[in-house]
Amino acid sequence: MSTYTTNEDTELSVLEEDLAETSDAAHGVASKVLAEGPDASLRASGRPQPLSEPRAELIEDQLRGEGAEAASGVSTPERLSSLDTLESEAIHIIREVVSEFERPALLFSGGKDSVVMLHLATKAFWPGKVPFPVLHVDTGHNFPEVIDFRDRTVERLGLKLVVGSVQEFIDRGELAERADGTRNPLQTVPLLDAIQRNKFDAVFGGGRRDEDKARAKERILSLRDEFGQWDPRNQRPELWNLYNGRHTVGQHVRAFPISNWTELDVWRYIEREGIELPSLYYAHEREVFQRDGMWRAVGEVSQPKPHEDVITKLVRYRTVGDMSCTGAVESDARTVADVVVEVAASTLTERGATRADDRISEAAMEDRKKDGYF
Amino acid sequence: MSTETALLETGLRESTLFRFATAGSVDDGKSTLVGRLLHDSKAILADQLDAVARTSADRGFGGEKGGIDLALLTDGLRAEREQGITIDVAYRYFATDRRSFILADCPGHVQYTKNTVTGASTADAVVVLIDARKGVLEQTRRHLSVLQLLRVAHVIVAVNKIDLVDFSEDVFRGIEADVQQVARELGLGSDGISDLLVIPVSALDGDNVVERSDRTPWYTGPALLEVLETLPAADELESHLESFRFPVQLVIRPQGALAPDAVAGGLDVEAYRDYRAYAGQITEGSVRVGDKVTVLSPGHEPRTTTVKGIDFAGRELEEAAAPQSVAIRLAEEIDIARGDTIAAAGTVREASQDLYAALCWLSPKPLREGAKVLVKHGTRTVQALVRSVSGKLDLATFKLEQASGLELNDIGHAQLRLAAPLPLENYLHHRRTGAFLVIDPIDGNTLAAGLVKDHPGDHEDERYVI
Repeated sequence: MSTYTTNEDTELSVLEEDLAETSDAAHGVASKVLAEGPDASLRASGRPQPLSEPRAELIEDQLRGEGAEAASGVSTPERLSSLDTLESEAIHIIREVVSEFERPALLFSGGKDSVVMLHLATKAFWPGKVPFPVLHVDTGHNFPEVIDFRDRTVERLGLKLVVGSVQEFIDRGELAERADGTRNPLQTVPLLDAIQRNKFDAVFGGGRRDEDKARAKERILSLRDEFGQWDPRNQRPELWNLYNGRHTVGQHVRAFPISNWTELDVWRYIEREGIELPSLYYAHEREVFQRDGMWRAVGEVSQPKPHEDVITKLVRYRTVGDMSCTGAVESDARTVADVVVEVAASTLTERGATRADDRISEAAMEDRKKDGYF
Repeated sequence: MSTETALLETGLRESTLFRFATAGSVDDGKSTLVGRLLHDSKAILADQLDAVARTSADRGFGGEKGGIDLALLTDGLRAEREQGITIDVAYRYFATDRRSFILADCPGHVQYTKNTVTGASTADAVVVLIDARKGVLEQTRRHLSVLQLLRVAHVIVAVNKIDLVDFSEDVFRGIEADVQQVARELGLGSDGISDLLVIPVSALDGDNVVERSDRTPWYTGPALLEVLETLPAADELESHLESFRFPVQLVIRPQGALAPDAVAGGLDVEAYRDYRAYAGQITEGSVRVGDKVTVLSPGHEPRTTTVKGIDFAGRELEEAAAPQSVAIRLAEEIDIARGDTIAAAGTVREASQDLYAALCWLSPKPLREGAKVLVKHGTRTVQALVRSVSGKLDLATFKLEQASGLELNDIGHAQLRLAAPLPLENYLHHRRTGAFLVIDPIDGNTLAAGLVKDHPGDHEDERYVI
């Protein structure tokens, strides 16, 4: 994904066996009984009835892990898994935005989060086509295999691709190359330009709240002013599943349907749905050198300095941003199942492990977002 | 390695989702509790913990003894750190092997009503913190009344800093009795809609947070995380009921413009030429193929038909339940558009243009009688006139006071006249179809969270002041 959509940290938990195991069956049955108990009739038909001792007792039983015997023989509708619930929420949001906005677009870089977003969009409108174009901000330093993947995906789904080019802005002298060679922060200007030129009023992104402190506070529908700026102090409260996308001329909205997903959720979903990703997400041999504690690929835009030794290592990428600032991690995870296991066991956040741009300062993302970044 | 094996090896398996919020007063240790939950459930990764440990040391946390200030784990934006405040609701994520959790961390000191209402609106449970040394404060009463108003399914009161009162059972029982007294006054936990649990904890040391503590032998109940892992999610409580509700988001009607990948995958183009389905998210209840349903559309009499199919991205389902997003096909060709509602036949009353509601006012721009606003309900937005404000709630005494307007963080009753009828339902029994937003037609900002009440005289339940 592009740099933008893929940036995330993971606060995933690796699960602990020491938590007492309770029978799922017992749980399912208790909820069933609860639902059919006195309060069920009350919910369905209206009038509150006094007290519900049985409900309180049931919950207590449940907490004690009792009631398992009662479970046998009673069939209950299957509870939705957390992935199904997250998928459902994301599809609801995508459909809301498409219904309420004139010209939505999806930020698509070929990075895993944007690939998941596009997959969700195909499910939301099946058997119809995805009813909006995709937008990519090309830093000019993207991995060639990611650009290739982007183009194949757009072709396969019959989508329109809009590209905003950082290189063109540099060539025209409207942007200046940074001293550190990183082009990630330069994406904001071409992004806003593409939004304005195409009159997009809503832009879907694959941003997730577990990526970063700033993202943790951003709304699912996030209002941006004429300059693309995010004002964290002045956000609309977001209640129930009612999203307020009202905006005035010049303003637009960034929509983040997978806000509530973690990095592990994304990987488990990719595995469950059999979603294809650019190959560099999986372990492969690559010539790398070490810088800032990360493995950087040797390429046109990322050349080792004399003291940095180049070696061949088995690596993969957890994010696929701009080549000038994205590092690889040592990994032997060659398949999606391997990656799920690796991510679940990881002790470093995605961004902490692989993103030089977020190491610039502790509030790097907050600053970029305020300026109109993804 | 198969997925299943892989997940088993990491201790990971299919889990369910549970959303909860935290609410508390200043200095009651909420950040520490959240930090403790994240830390003890291993949701904090090494690089984050290192950063927090460095800062704790820099600030001399814990004196000579040292230690990690868990509150720093939930530290937010730079603007907040600089000013030592929390601006807004922050969302955190952690998981155990049974559940994935979404935690809405609501700041307590500023705009508590706005933040608590926001966090609680999507929560299956809310954890309210009380400092064991201070007991039930006015703010506790306010928090509990907001939770009662929003009909949060599970209210958990964590009596924190129990270590600072020497793990005294007497102190805990006293606070527990006070909480139950407030709950009784509110009808909280005794109306079959919500339940209430009171737990003694020490967020700082971890007692009864993730594991039961042997320092509170007189407390035989579960630890906080056990409770969060086992309570049924609100959708689970509601999905078995007959009250199927489905606000239509959009009509899927490709008319030949089928998805190229679906066609490449073998989709029968002819069979889908006249495909028409209504897409949306089930807000409540469940539906099966063959069920009789009523379609509510503005300007039409309610129409009854049968569910012919339930589709989800190429799969045909026999049954679907809240909160699934699906596309529904109906037996008869009926003109249906975004904003219409499909519901279990015979369970909905007619749409109305008169709206009686409790409003939680969330904007610095005050409400005055006669104001013109927008009301967003389900998938419809209509104009509305605020006819009257009939009272403002004193959250500390639970009494309605005379008022002719509402200010930021006020909760009051109002009557609105809608430009078009909406299928309104009492929030008490329908957390989705009974909820709406009040929006400023000028700048588009959200002004209030609205909870539909019955019309006066319609068997209003006297036990509820709000």
